[in-house]
Amino acid sequence: MSALLEVQGLRVRFNSRAEAVRGVSIAVEKGETHCLVGESGCGKSVSALAVMGLLAKGGLRAADRLEFAGQDLRHLSERAMSRLRGDRMAMIFQEPMTSLNPAYTIGSQMAEVRTRHRGGSRAAALDRAAELLGRVGITAPGMRLAQYPHQLSGGLRQRVMIAMALMCEPELLIADEPTTALDVTVQAQILRLLMELQRELGLAILLITHDLGIVARMADRVSVMYAGEVVESASAAALFGAPTHPYTRGLLECVPIPGKVARGAPLGSIPGTVPRIPLGFAGCGFRDRCAHADASCAISVKRQSLTAGHDYACRLPAGWAA
Amino acid sequence: MSAPIEIRDVTKHFRQSTGAFSAPRLVRAVDGVSLSMKAGGCFGIVGESGCGKSTLARLILGLHPVTAGDILVDGQSLATMPRRARARLIQPVFQDPFSSLNPRRSIRDIVGLPLAAQGVGGAEIDRRVHAMLERVGLRAEMAGRLPAQLSGGQRQRVAIARALVLGPRIVVCDEPTSALDVSVQAQIINLLNELRRDLGLTLVFISHNLAVVEHICDEVAVMYLGRVVEHAETDALFHQPTHPYTRALLASVLTPEPGLGIPDVGLGDQYPDPANVPPGCRFHPRCPIAAARCAVETPAPRMIGARRVECLLA
Repeated sequence: MSALLEVQGLRVRFNSRAEAVRGVSIAVEKGETHCLVGESGCGKSVSALAVMGLLAKGGLRAADRLEFAGQDLRHLSERAMSRLRGDRMAMIFQEPMTSLNPAYTIGSQMAEVRTRHRGGSRAAALDRAAELLGRVGITAPGMRLAQYPHQLSGGLRQRVMIAMALMCEPELLIADEPTTALDVTVQAQILRLLMELQRELGLAILLITHDLGIVARMADRVSVMYAGEVVESASAAALFGAPTHPYTRGLLECVPIPGKVARGAPLGSIPGTVPRIPLGFAGCGFRDRCAHADASCAISVKRQSLTAGHDYACRLPAGWAA
Repeated sequence: MSAPIEIRDVTKHFRQSTGAFSAPRLVRAVDGVSLSMKAGGCFGIVGESGCGKSTLARLILGLHPVTAGDILVDGQSLATMPRRARARLIQPVFQDPFSSLNPRRSIRDIVGLPLAAQGVGGAEIDRRVHAMLERVGLRAEMAGRLPAQLSGGQRQRVAIARALVLGPRIVVCDEPTSALDVSVQAQIINLLNELRRDLGLTLVFISHNLAVVEHICDEVAVMYLGRVVEHAETDALFHQPTHPYTRALLASVLTPEPGLGIPDVGLGDQYPDPANVPPGCRFHPRCPIAAARCAVETPAPRMIGARRVECLLA
């Protein structure tokens, strides 16, 4: 059986000079959380937007395979795509203030999602909205429905966004840095909520984040992205247990873990910055920052498997880091 | 020797306009904070957004006048210190290197501005700017560039160079790595640590990233709604958090250890509002262990060993 969302060889470019996504493959199974992790500019958000058909004007998408629940999304009309979006696949973004319309009440924005996709009366849609607001832990949902986005705190707005994404029972939820703008305490509450909803509704979640802590705690599977490519992909346990790509290892060393790095001792860091990858670039995108790079890295990159389901894109042999 | 920073019962209230026809709200951003920081140390201030940590930083920098209380920097009251003298003593590094650097000025002008303001001449500025850029790990030829030509990490290095070019004794860093990527964040933390050691700086480090605070700071104050609810040495605070808010804050840190799941921090869905401070203990509406008296009695700061805690039940 194939996964709920199956992406193979996804490529995106915005102009003739640079390529933002270079052959990304990800599969998200029903009921599982797949984390896409990487630094800013690595193409993780663009990959998600490309899947949803939401690329900014001028964005060109190509893929070998792009299927949602067995349906090929590549040649779907914009009309058919917008029927799917918000209905069977939903997305929440980092900054809930900019993704909610400031001129409409929470209730009318939430009701619109339902009536537009599923029809029915506005009153019935508002009932469902109130029920979902309660479900995501908002007290006095009736009052909140009549409020405007600016009257809510950041944590509440993100809860509203999640409730709105659930208005029509979606099978896939794409969450792009959903807690980055929030305090750690609120972040923990929102992530817990997502996990509960997933269990209850059997949601598949594609979670985009730069935070390895979130990845470790939330993910079933992880894809590490760098410069428009997935450089390592594995189950969460395998990735943290045996990180193999030099970039993954570098990223993990940058995070202070209490008790592992002595206070004041230098943290690991990766020299340099994320490069821009020109069209027609060959070889490994990480080679300029990699301590293990040699001449062969400028020609091509080998994709290897450490174990079944744990793949990485590097010339180094499996177990080099052990 | 006097402590480099001595904060004595400082209060900062803002009047927030709520429109032409209603009375302004009184926002109690900092509400009676006393702290003393050690020379050559790194002092962390943590808390959620709206707890007053950035306001406290601005008070220490003298960017806002205090409503009440006094801040002594190097034994001298900030209120009476001339601006230029203050600039030689204490300097800021802000969160966002994209908005804290003038986009139309070259790096040389940005880093050299504090020197020019102190009346240093052109050739001497060039010499000191170049030396400082190299000190923070930038090539001297960067001096001719504009901020837009630099990456986020390089810009934050420029901000650090600007802060250090006058040779201050104290640097106040307000979320210095929040806008940066993880790999770059580590570079900046390492740089700050190294500069502190080499130059004998006192750092005030404000952050919501507790893992970073634990890594770099020797002492930490936890703020909640304008008050310091717990203040202790880093090890004591992180290994034995005493205030229920500190415990919740630490519980919500997600370390990269798979299989631990997402903790239940037990704070409920109430959010603190500094314009509407609850009576009694400020934390009681969200406190998982609040008792009836917490809603009435205001806790006074108490010393438990070497730590100071503001909780009736601790």
